[in-house]
Amino acid sequence: MTEPLLSVRDLRVTFPTRQGEFQAVRGIDFDLGRERLGVVGESGSGKSMTGRAILGLVRPPGRVEAARMELEGQSILNLPDRQMRAIRGGRISMVMQDPKFSLNPVMTVGQQIIEAYRLHARAPRAAARDKALQMLEAVQIRDPERVMDSYPHQVSGGMGQRIMIAMMLAPNPQILIADEPTSALDVSVRTEVLHIMDRLVRDRGMGLIFISHDLNLVAQFCDRVLIMYAGRVVETLPARDLHRAQHPYTRGLLNSLPRLDAPVDRLPVLERQDSWKGL
Amino acid sequence: MLNVDDLSVWFGQAPDRVTAVHDATFDVAPGESFGLVGESGSGKSTILRAIAGLIPGWSGRIAVDGQAQAGDRRDRAFFRTVQMVFQDPYASLHPRHSVDAVLAETLRLQGMDRIDQRIVTLLDDVGLGRGFRFRYPHQLSGGQRQRVAIARALAAEPRLLLLDEPTSALDVSVQAEILNLLADLREEHGLTYLMVSHDLSVIAHMCDRLAVMQQGRIVEILPAARLRQGQGSTPYTTQLIAASAGYKAEVARPLRWPPKTGH
Repeated sequence: MTEPLLSVRDLRVTFPTRQGEFQAVRGIDFDLGRERLGVVGESGSGKSMTGRAILGLVRPPGRVEAARMELEGQSILNLPDRQMRAIRGGRISMVMQDPKFSLNPVMTVGQQIIEAYRLHARAPRAAARDKALQMLEAVQIRDPERVMDSYPHQVSGGMGQRIMIAMMLAPNPQILIADEPTSALDVSVRTEVLHIMDRLVRDRGMGLIFISHDLNLVAQFCDRVLIMYAGRVVETLPARDLHRAQHPYTRGLLNSLPRLDAPVDRLPVLERQDSWKGL
Repeated sequence: MLNVDDLSVWFGQAPDRVTAVHDATFDVAPGESFGLVGESGSGKSTILRAIAGLIPGWSGRIAVDGQAQAGDRRDRAFFRTVQMVFQDPYASLHPRHSVDAVLAETLRLQGMDRIDQRIVTLLDDVGLGRGFRFRYPHQLSGGQRQRVAIARALAAEPRLLLLDEPTSALDVSVQAEILNLLADLREEHGLTYLMVSHDLSVIAHMCDRLAVMQQGRIVEILPAARLRQGQGSTPYTTQLIAASAGYKAEVARPLRWPPKTGH
């Protein structure tokens, strides 16, 4: 096996609270290759916190600890801000859930992409503008010249998310972390955004961490899935085998979804067991 | 129970008037559960809000239990018949009112007697129990908040519930609990539901019939069974069913990648 892009061992994220320390992520291990890795769980399972910890976005007093957190063999655990800024956006990028909140409302789309690109590529302005146009074309925006001069409120949600992806991919990162990138989008737009990401991973050999609460989507879209519960990984399996999952939590989540093709009178409800929380 | 004829809803004044719903017509029989599905901006929630009297600008006819409604004025009798549950239980409960205060106020407004006893019954009905009575919203999970919102809607002993995406802010496991609760309540209290969702499988699970909306128009009305079989009679419905079935990598068209370099 070739060396993984990202290797994480015993990752822990801790927050002090009045009731003592709270561990949002409690010792997770995984390797990411040039693949689509799904991270699934309910709210509070620690899936988003895992993504934020990798990017060094956990703010004090929160603490990130790990036995290992390496990007191609180089440790990225608790790097000084300066060094982390070079990696964040440059080598590892993140797309968040709602484009409405991640784009700057008072800058045009073009200015934002150019700014992000120049920060990492140190290209002259004109070259950066060309690059921004190409990126918008690459994410299938039909009229990139017009979109460049638009403000975020003038574009739709699906287009906003494609702009985010264009911006994040301009510096050509090795890893893209997508935190619920399609939850705020309609189903038809969702398909568009997904297959843009799909092609990017396949054609450019990028690693993708796809954080989602949508099991069916992850089963269809990803290569491998981590299932998180209460800050731990309870099960890891190939995405196509998700429907044969063994862990009662995974099974419970799958069963609680209403399905178009299999009508039921009552939806099975998840009975949580304390034993799932592990140590 | 509910008749909607040629309903058009608009926002703003000419020349900036935007029409959000065009000529919507449908009927909901007593005891039926009727769904409205469509993408964001298709006008499905707007129909619900116009029925509830939250939007002044509409034309056509809205009749609840045979009573025609006008503008955005609704009388007391209307709210004893019709209540609404909103999408986001984090926004629809007053952060500084306890569960007790929320329910007591609603009951008093509806002119109910035996308020104390009714609060206990309502909390039992929605599966919370009396232990939750003096809690504040920040002490409740999303699912528990939505149960309080449902209890508040039930306080008036309505016969028609307008449900605006009642589970889309919740985790799937909690969604299952709330959908089961809504199904039980409908049976126990003989309620009629008009439910809005963007999730076809939720609507198919909860509703007998549904209307598919696109850009402010109802494109077709069909029984849930036909939806399950994937038999929409319009291309839009078929496309919507296909899109919600999930993601298929085979249909991913090749992109222009890498983008042409040249500067």
